[in-house]
Amino acid sequence: MFVNNSGIGAPFEGEVRIPSGCAVSAIIDRSGKTMTGEKIIRSIATMHDRSNGLGGGFAGYGIYPDYKDYYAFHLFYNDFQARKATEDYLIKHFEIVYSSEMKTRKVKGIWGEPIIYRYFLYPLSKRLTNSLMDEGQYVVKCVNSINADIDGAFVFSSGKNMGIFKGVGYPEDIGKFYLLDEEYAGYAWTAHGRYPTNTPGWWGGAHPFGLLDYSIVHNGEISSYDANRRYVEMFGYKCSLQTDTEVITYIIDYLIRVKKLTLNEIAKVISASFWSTIDEKSEEEKREETFLRKAFPSLLINGPFSIIFGFDGGIMALNDRLKLRSMVCGEKGDLAYVSSEECGIRVIELNLDRIFAPAGGVPVIYKLNEGVNA
Amino acid sequence: MATYIPEEYEVVRNYDLCTNCGACEKQCANCVHKFNKAANKMVADSSKCVNCHRCVCICPVHALKIVKSQDVYRNNCNWSAQTMNEVYRQADTGGVLLSSMGNPNEFPNYFDKILVNASQVTNPPIDPLREPMETTVYLGKKDAEIKRDEKGRLIDTLSPQLKLNMPIMFSAMSYGSISYNAHESLARAAEELGIFYNTGEGGLHKDFYKYGKNTIVQVASGRFGVHPEYLEAAAAIEIKMGQGAKPGIGGHLPGMKISDDVSATRMIPKGVDAISPAPHHDIYSIEDLRQLIYSIKEATQYKKPIIVKIAAVHNVAAIASGVARSGADVIAIDGFRGGTGAAPTRIRDNVGIPMELALARVDERLRQEGIRDSVSVVAAGSVRSSADVVKAVALGADACYIGTAALLALGCHLCRSCHTGKCNWGIATQNPELVKRLNPEVGYKRLVNLLTAWNHEIQEMMGGMGINSIEALKGNRLMLRGVGLNETELRVLGIKHAGEDI
Repeated sequence: MFVNNSGIGAPFEGEVRIPSGCAVSAIIDRSGKTMTGEKIIRSIATMHDRSNGLGGGFAGYGIYPDYKDYYAFHLFYNDFQARKATEDYLIKHFEIVYSSEMKTRKVKGIWGEPIIYRYFLYPLSKRLTNSLMDEGQYVVKCVNSINADIDGAFVFSSGKNMGIFKGVGYPEDIGKFYLLDEEYAGYAWTAHGRYPTNTPGWWGGAHPFGLLDYSIVHNGEISSYDANRRYVEMFGYKCSLQTDTEVITYIIDYLIRVKKLTLNEIAKVISASFWSTIDEKSEEEKREETFLRKAFPSLLINGPFSIIFGFDGGIMALNDRLKLRSMVCGEKGDLAYVSSEECGIRVIELNLDRIFAPAGGVPVIYKLNEGVNA
Repeated sequence: MATYIPEEYEVVRNYDLCTNCGACEKQCANCVHKFNKAANKMVADSSKCVNCHRCVCICPVHALKIVKSQDVYRNNCNWSAQTMNEVYRQADTGGVLLSSMGNPNEFPNYFDKILVNASQVTNPPIDPLREPMETTVYLGKKDAEIKRDEKGRLIDTLSPQLKLNMPIMFSAMSYGSISYNAHESLARAAEELGIFYNTGEGGLHKDFYKYGKNTIVQVASGRFGVHPEYLEAAAAIEIKMGQGAKPGIGGHLPGMKISDDVSATRMIPKGVDAISPAPHHDIYSIEDLRQLIYSIKEATQYKKPIIVKIAAVHNVAAIASGVARSGADVIAIDGFRGGTGAAPTRIRDNVGIPMELALARVDERLRQEGIRDSVSVVAAGSVRSSADVVKAVALGADACYIGTAALLALGCHLCRSCHTGKCNWGIATQNPELVKRLNPEVGYKRLVNLLTAWNHEIQEMMGGMGINSIEALKGNRLMLRGVGLNETELRVLGIKHAGEDI
């Protein structure tokens, strides 16, 4: 467990539930061409007033082409003892092919940063076989065990050919701190500026929240939190951070990995149409949506949210069923944009082919074009 | 020995108002009122009064009131008047004391010590007058396998479900314990509201088969009135293992309530006490319950959900877990405050635990075992208002059963004398003269009114919390806070104390 040490007597993250308002933004190049983090930083910076300096972060996809077959673990350490304990654990469970301290630069406004490390690794085959788990489950279990059991260590990114970069500060400063505008190029980026109302800010608590190659940025405060949490915890997830983003990530992971639902079907579960709307749909849609609502009532996410879900090969934007949070999508050729506010898109692309506000509960999914490899 | 037991309540008549019209005399099945010719005025024998308020309501000039009697024994905090009177009664008769309706004694009511959340600033409340606010609930197993047809479309693999337009149903009250007109009122209201009523263990009157799609039929230990058409007629079948008002014992319908019709419906002799046994004699353990569940499922081609109703007792969570693993689609948990048409007083007043605690533990236990999905949970045993429904759902219930509140809507004044069969309101009686006082046309509308009002209130409270679908409230315990509860109570309920942060 990695906790803040601000010493101001406020509760630690994970000890209390932390709702927050926020800004979200994303870009994807569906042709698979890569771009640095410069644009996404500019996009989220435009919405500066939607965050309060207590958290910002990014997820980049396709950023580690040279290591794309290895899990990229990003870790925060409180101190070198935590690093030692974690590395001892990692060596027991993984083959580490490369490790180093993360390259960062000093930026005004970013302070109190932990020790940040990156590892490229893959599960030890014998350990994996003996665990009787599939590879994804094995990695998730190891991540959870480091986060729960090792004092002062926190894995905040664990996917392949993708990475999460986050911390306490305004998102544009965090982007520069991690040199996202120089060091990395990816085909898709998501970004988050945080406006928490219940925390002094903790590096691990910033968003995106990730699990394997899934990442979530989220704006909103869900009123169904405890109903959702208590439901997913039945399936072995542990909501230790008590944030909406965390529980939403677990819900999506459960529906994709365990239940094998499609992204569109997932949208019909977590942001289900009203019964009265379902009644007006075609027989086939009615059958499908009624089944999903009846089968997964406890995974309906209620209350305001706009989320951008990043995954290997694409992004999905989704609003709550009433659209209580703003979110706009734009397209220009192969490029697609999602942002809390239109300005977040216009600042990086003035001449769009199309711009629209997706209706509540209607997912917008942008994937790499057919035949394009991430 | 002179053992006159002073009346608890006294009838007071305002002679300035009384016109000697005699309405009170005609209305009182307990023969309290009569006209005294010599004095040329109406008089009352308070010793017969059960305080049902029928005469008070019916008196055209409002000349009557019932007050607590001033005739008291010496004050004694240990020996209350009631306790003393019960000793006298038993010394007189050698009998077991009988009571009706729910435990009236002073025990903590946890719903009254729980407060509900509302949204402010960071999360908007939702206005139910302007936005959709969904209270529809489906009861049944949710642990469906995801299967697809050859085109990749999802196949509905769910077990049979019960659709409720609001998370409330009428709980089991048998024909026999309550009247034909009461049953008709409940059945018609259930149909209009899109919910369910429950036959209890008294069988289903032939006239009410037409309400089958809104009927839950019960299979209890006496198996009264159970036959294939009965099971076939219903939307769901409830196996009654226990009742909150009298855990550990069976049912008792006094012979005087067993009329021709009741006898035919129950398939038992007329005028003889109908006593259902404490256990089902084919269920001495959990594996036997499983057999009965699957026997009924076989008999109804797996088309109907099976509800298992249990009383809230000390190890209710473990019992519920066993029931959930035995094929039940729904578990109904009946708390110790639940009503009854007749129960031994000592059982009613001393056995069982509060529904709120039982519900909280059952929900949590099923989650810990990862099987909350395989069963729906219905909470029963004194759900008195829409606020109780909201709190029960947030604690983890899928829906609630109401009994007493429904009877109040039909006119019941909680005199707790159902076992005498002389209900002046035409509810808990089979006397045709009394039964006809309850007009089902009026009765069903009052039930519809009550639950329509409750549903509006539930929607208001949900909207305040920023929730627009009842499923997002289910088990959402962060929406609740306790006041004046100790650590153990809070732990059992799984809620925080008021003032504690989220």
